[in-house]
Amino acid sequence: MRPLESRVPSGPIEQKWDKHRFEMKLVNPANKRKYTVLVVGSGLAGASAAATLSELGYNVKCFFFHDSPRRAHSIAAQGGINAAKNYRNDGDSIYRLFYDTVKGGDFRSREANVYRLAQVSVEIIDQCVAQGVPFAREYGGLLANRSFGGAQVSRTFYARGQTGQQLLLGAYQQLEKEIGRGGVTVYPRTEMLDLIVVDGQARGIVTRDTVSGRISSHLGDAVVLGTGGYGNVFYLSTNAKGSNATAIWRAHKRGAAFANPCYTQIHPTCIPVSGEYQSKLTLMSESLRNDGRVWVPRQKGDQRRPEQIPENERDYYLERKYPSFGNLAPRDIASRAAKEACDQGLGVGEGGLGVYLDFADAIKRLGEQTIRERYGNLFQMYQRITDENPFVGPMRIYPAVHYTMGGLWVDYNLMSTIPGLHVIGEANFSDHGANRLGASALMQGLADGYFVLPATIGDYLASSKPGRIDTDHPDVRQAETEVTESTSKLLGIKGKRTVDSFHRELGKIMWDHCGMARNAAGLQRALQLIPELRAEFWSNVNVPGSHAELNQALEKAGRVADFLELGELMCADALHREESCGGHFREEYQTGDGEALRNDELFAYAAAWEYCGANQPERMHREPLGFEYVQLAQRSYK
Amino acid sequence: MVEYDAGDIGPDMSFLEMLDVVNERLMERGEVPIAFDHDCREGICGSCSLMINGVAHGPERGTATCQLHMRSFADGDTISVEPWRARAFPIVKDLVVDRGAFDRIIQAGGYITAPTGSARDANTILISKDTVDTAMDAAQCIACGACVAACPNGSASLFTASKITHLSLLPQGQPERYGRALRMVAQMDIEHFGGCTLYGECQEACPKEISIDTITRMNRDFLRATLSQGHGAIARAE
Repeated sequence: MRPLESRVPSGPIEQKWDKHRFEMKLVNPANKRKYTVLVVGSGLAGASAAATLSELGYNVKCFFFHDSPRRAHSIAAQGGINAAKNYRNDGDSIYRLFYDTVKGGDFRSREANVYRLAQVSVEIIDQCVAQGVPFAREYGGLLANRSFGGAQVSRTFYARGQTGQQLLLGAYQQLEKEIGRGGVTVYPRTEMLDLIVVDGQARGIVTRDTVSGRISSHLGDAVVLGTGGYGNVFYLSTNAKGSNATAIWRAHKRGAAFANPCYTQIHPTCIPVSGEYQSKLTLMSESLRNDGRVWVPRQKGDQRRPEQIPENERDYYLERKYPSFGNLAPRDIASRAAKEACDQGLGVGEGGLGVYLDFADAIKRLGEQTIRERYGNLFQMYQRITDENPFVGPMRIYPAVHYTMGGLWVDYNLMSTIPGLHVIGEANFSDHGANRLGASALMQGLADGYFVLPATIGDYLASSKPGRIDTDHPDVRQAETEVTESTSKLLGIKGKRTVDSFHRELGKIMWDHCGMARNAAGLQRALQLIPELRAEFWSNVNVPGSHAELNQALEKAGRVADFLELGELMCADALHREESCGGHFREEYQTGDGEALRNDELFAYAAAWEYCGANQPERMHREPLGFEYVQLAQRSYK
Repeated sequence: MVEYDAGDIGPDMSFLEMLDVVNERLMERGEVPIAFDHDCREGICGSCSLMINGVAHGPERGTATCQLHMRSFADGDTISVEPWRARAFPIVKDLVVDRGAFDRIIQAGGYITAPTGSARDANTILISKDTVDTAMDAAQCIACGACVAACPNGSASLFTASKITHLSLLPQGQPERYGRALRMVAQMDIEHFGGCTLYGECQEACPKEISIDTITRMNRDFLRATLSQGHGAIARAE
């Protein structure tokens, strides 16, 4: 593997990006069309990158497994997108957004990248408004803002509870415009199954057309992965059913380092699991905690209806433990507190995995009408799923896996350890450290896709000659053959268990041992269980049907096979990181009152893992993280 | 039509989870599962697309298939499930159809030309709250295709009109307004969608409850564009 070189430009942090943009090589406009860039994924990062690269003049091919690029899971983001516009005159600035993001990430991100993200955030809003994204407005016609966790300013732009949808449609429409113009060719219902590396450079991908089953190779001068996160390792998450790690995992096996795989974000307010056949979890926006009070009964196994439990027999545990932040404690802390209450047997609802989020006081204080105006659509969504009316009794909520901060390691140019392979959006590890703040995922996806990658990829392409290989190249043939073989292998096992049964079992191992709280014994147990489960998968899974047809069981099988490997790496990473930071909480490393205890002396680095062959332990490389501008400090919310 | 027995179904299961259970049983027997499109299961990606007892997205109003729960049915019911049926949506397999025609309608003009990097400061464009709220009502379309499936003519008017309404209400959308209406409407015909005769079935089926008022807006823009086209004055129509 190439040594980790962050390529952060020298100079003061405010000037790095400008300086770098000037120093990077450019591709002559007349030569751009000679270069082909393969973009995998069509979410915020992928669609914005593909459209922008095409506008610049590159020849772009875009691949996605959905039927339309507009269905990528960015569409489901609810809350908003941060930008340091300071339209509210409340003291916001690029520096403050940078500071909040580094601190919110619990000091485990790369300062220079985060600063650039904050700089670019401002241009994103301009771009989206120009496209016609209907952001919320004030009566005077100016853009409206709201507040989100981890910030003391109001910098979040939003379009009702559908900000992700509107931003994605903006990027999608720009992409469709470029498709119509002939700059982008799209490959719908096409799944990337391998990366083609020739002479150490990423030169193409192997794909399967999910309708015909046809395996083919696509070659280009650079490959961009914008394929999202890997939260579905846990089986149950707020991710879409199709969200998967296959593209990044297979690139990892071809030499791209995987950074900080153990950093996962567990969102505190989701609708609890209701039965064994639950297929996914639904998020209820963080904003509900502005007016809802979180509590559990003081008495174990209390069977009374919540409204029959008197005030003095309730434990409003967040207000008790964190009097200054109360119900608005950050995501990681609120999630752990809910788990703790349920572990003590105080949980409510079926299976005891839930806590109350109660609006009774707010309704009394503000009236039902005000609450309806603020949260009406969320209350409706809750009622539709649970058949319970939150105006009458409290909601039941429980934390759920939501986002993965880890991902493929990238340098300042968003290039992985494989030259030519660039990684953008949630698929990379770069900007959120150990915990992502609300409304920052949309910002990062679009920053990478619209502004950062289109600039940095030119520097890479300018130093390479366009299109030198064809599909007869032995490395291309080899990759294609391997994909065909592994597909046949999955279909040939004809065992007794379904793909989903393995996925559910893996999810349970991950949730029990590598979830909200982790410890060495549990992680070691998981590291023993996962390889056993993987071995059973490869000898006892039953994938019906054939490869030459639309076969959703086969698609799923390939993804679960990858999760069975990635899950193990997540546990190895969590075990090695003997500290608690952000979304990674190790029970052995906590302060006297149960807060996360970082160890900056030993662990202020990004852990980048190198694949060393099937069933071999991976090798860890360190990228030290220096903090010149934000002073390392313990977070406190008491 | 094939009949499957769906046992162990609880009222809190979603309709798609019920199909998951049916498929799990099929796969346990080594049979090929029923193919259907789905992804976010939160009613926003627009993948799910089922005719349930002859109604697009089933019996609940303003609800996509993935947000429908089994408590809406009685124990022992026989439920008929079909794919969207429209000439412009060819069947791929089982319950999966090809809705690529929708993407091509957007390609024809469902965008504002704003290349990356060319934008001015966002707050220099003022848009009244009412206008943006109306634009947002239309922009909520998830492109599921229920409107087409529900329409006796197989018309894509509600889909196309929602995008035309969204963009033509905004100041940024004005320069391309009439050309957009002409091209998008023409593309609907090329894709073999039927014409609109204002049955109104589309707005009943729409999981986002988009109103057919948008179709009126589309028709007005199209008419103005057509009238001024003869004079070569599309760009000056307003």
